Amino acid sequence: MKKLLIALMTLVPSLVFAAGPTVPLDEAEVDLHDKASLQRGAQLYMNYCLGCHQLQYHRYNRTFEDLGIPQELGEENLQFTGQKAGDRITNNMSTEAASNWFGTAAPDLTNVARVRGADWIYTYLRSFYKDDSRPFGVNNAVFPNVGMPHVLEELQGVPEKTYEERMIDGEMKEVYVGIQADGSGRLSGSEYDQAALDLTSFLVYTGEPMLLEQRRIGWFVFGFLLIFTILAWFLKKEFWKDLK
Amino acid sequence: MFKRFVEWMDARIPMTKTWNIHLAQYPAPKNFNMWYVFGFLATIVLINQILTGVWLTMNYVPSAEGAFASVEYIMRDVEYGWLLRYMHSTGASAFFVVVYLHMFRGMMYGSYQKPRELIWLFGMFIFLVLMAEAFMGYLLPWGQMSYWGAQVIISLFGAIPVIGDDLTLWIRGDYVISGATLNRFFALHVIALPLVLVILVFLHIVALHEVGSNNPDGVDTKKPKGTVPDEEKPKFKFHERFTSKKDIVDSIPFFPYYIIKDMFGFGVFMFFFCYVIFFNPEMGGFFLEPPNFEPANPLKTPEHIAPVWYFTPFYAILRAVPDKLFGVILMFAAIVFLALLPWIDRGKVRSIRFRSVLHKLNLTVFAISFIVLGYLGTQPATPVATIFAQIFTFLYFAFFGLLWFYSKREKTKPVPERVTSK
Repeated sequence: MKKLLIALMTLVPSLVFAAGPTVPLDEAEVDLHDKASLQRGAQLYMNYCLGCHQLQYHRYNRTFEDLGIPQELGEENLQFTGQKAGDRITNNMSTEAASNWFGTAAPDLTNVARVRGADWIYTYLRSFYKDDSRPFGVNNAVFPNVGMPHVLEELQGVPEKTYEERMIDGEMKEVYVGIQADGSGRLSGSEYDQAALDLTSFLVYTGEPMLLEQRRIGWFVFGFLLIFTILAWFLKKEFWKDLK
Repeated sequence: MFKRFVEWMDARIPMTKTWNIHLAQYPAPKNFNMWYVFGFLATIVLINQILTGVWLTMNYVPSAEGAFASVEYIMRDVEYGWLLRYMHSTGASAFFVVVYLHMFRGMMYGSYQKPRELIWLFGMFIFLVLMAEAFMGYLLPWGQMSYWGAQVIISLFGAIPVIGDDLTLWIRGDYVISGATLNRFFALHVIALPLVLVILVFLHIVALHEVGSNNPDGVDTKKPKGTVPDEEKPKFKFHERFTSKKDIVDSIPFFPYYIIKDMFGFGVFMFFFCYVIFFNPEMGGFFLEPPNFEPANPLKTPEHIAPVWYFTPFYAILRAVPDKLFGVILMFAAIVFLALLPWIDRGKVRSIRFRSVLHKLNLTVFAISFIVLGYLGTQPATPVATIFAQIFTFLYFAFFGLLWFYSKREKTKPVPERVTSK
């Protein structure tokens, strides 16, 4: 009995904590071959995200090269910080200032797709909702009480949690159906989803800029190994023949 | 020309002699199966680790401020740096895969039994050093899991009575894991431990070549001198170092036969290895853990700290025990018992092929326990998981207890005089 009680006492808090942010994540259909999408993502990033979130391990010129952006065009349209094309993608926000404004330093996002996964980013970007109890008037369903404002609000409009009246077990109940924007943004619902996907794809790219090359080389390696292993097998048979 | 070069060398260093003793005229039992490829593969992985490690060191910065960024520099700015890094990180896991299979092969065919106890002991020391090497290497990228994993494992030493706290302080070189810890781990990882590892591997092979390999039948292929008629001896020329004291049967020269066979095994292994490197370097979070792509932050503890998969069986044993000190003792005991296997197993029959059903069952349960414990070690320690960990910890140790008990008077099948396969 005592054991059961201890088990319960240890189990219950773990269940409570386990039930943290368990919003089902939407699948981000990232296609790294889609250069246009990656370019739009880069544009969104430089305009809306870089002010706070650095990509301090990645360089401008590498980005331009990988995304098929001519360097001059890139420098004119995507580089707002007065840095050189060979520089890393950084900003000048200090940790101290960030802590004052948002309660915490804005994390570097170079590897965010490797830490959280593409689906998480994609869902996160589409999960802000109006919440007047928060300092910036918004909250996030995927990352509850997140410190950042909804930077893409001018694109999405003001998103709100929407409910529907539904008949459940003979009673009318309010059911949460999702987050919907009020239409004040510059983009429609599906356009905003695409923008979120573009941004997600760009962050998947910054996390693993070598990914396409890695896969391409991988197939060549497999081809080589296939030939090598078959030859090794026949060589072995040939040598071992005289053991019979 | 070449012949004159060889003669010139042989007059000054035993070049041809060494080649003959250890390869071209080294007698290896002719009935090795695929389980015998893992020793060769472990050597290949060791060479891979040393070579990629040297090149990684050229760009890695061993300091708390620079480590994480330098790894990202290698991944992005160094030509094929990502390939070097993935070969090294995948190699670490591959090392444990082949070493665990190599050890299990030894357990199946009784390769640890007399007269090969010392080979087994050297092997166990290699395993220990390998674990230390992997643990220290994992701190070097200075990611969140590097930091907090090291924090958890070093704190284990704090459970030792009286000297515990001073010992952890001595290991870390600081009151917390810091740049001081990183620097000393770097030194140990890139020179001290690899040196020890290479020496131990050398001794492992020297000891092996003194007594010769076991085989899947566990039958001696070196018979007392003068007991084998000439027509039954293999047609190959073996070095007189082996033939002068014993009559060799059922053996073939290691080179070219087993080298060629190992080449095929190497090709198959490389398929798996390269699949991970080029298509799945994180291996679903088992080889590279996602939180490790975030720089170490002493103020932010990850939700769930799990060691890398190759430590998890022992980690699960540690967590299965409510008392920390006893847990640490049991965890080390799990390895010590393995090392004592040549003396725990009192049987005379080596190979599982001729041992009792009880032994087959016992070894199977042991293998399953090891895998289940490995899985449990990756999971959060819920009460249910802990109960399972306790059950399988018990089964893990029960293997040794039972083995000691039944091996003395085990009902074995008759062992043939000579190896059975064609």
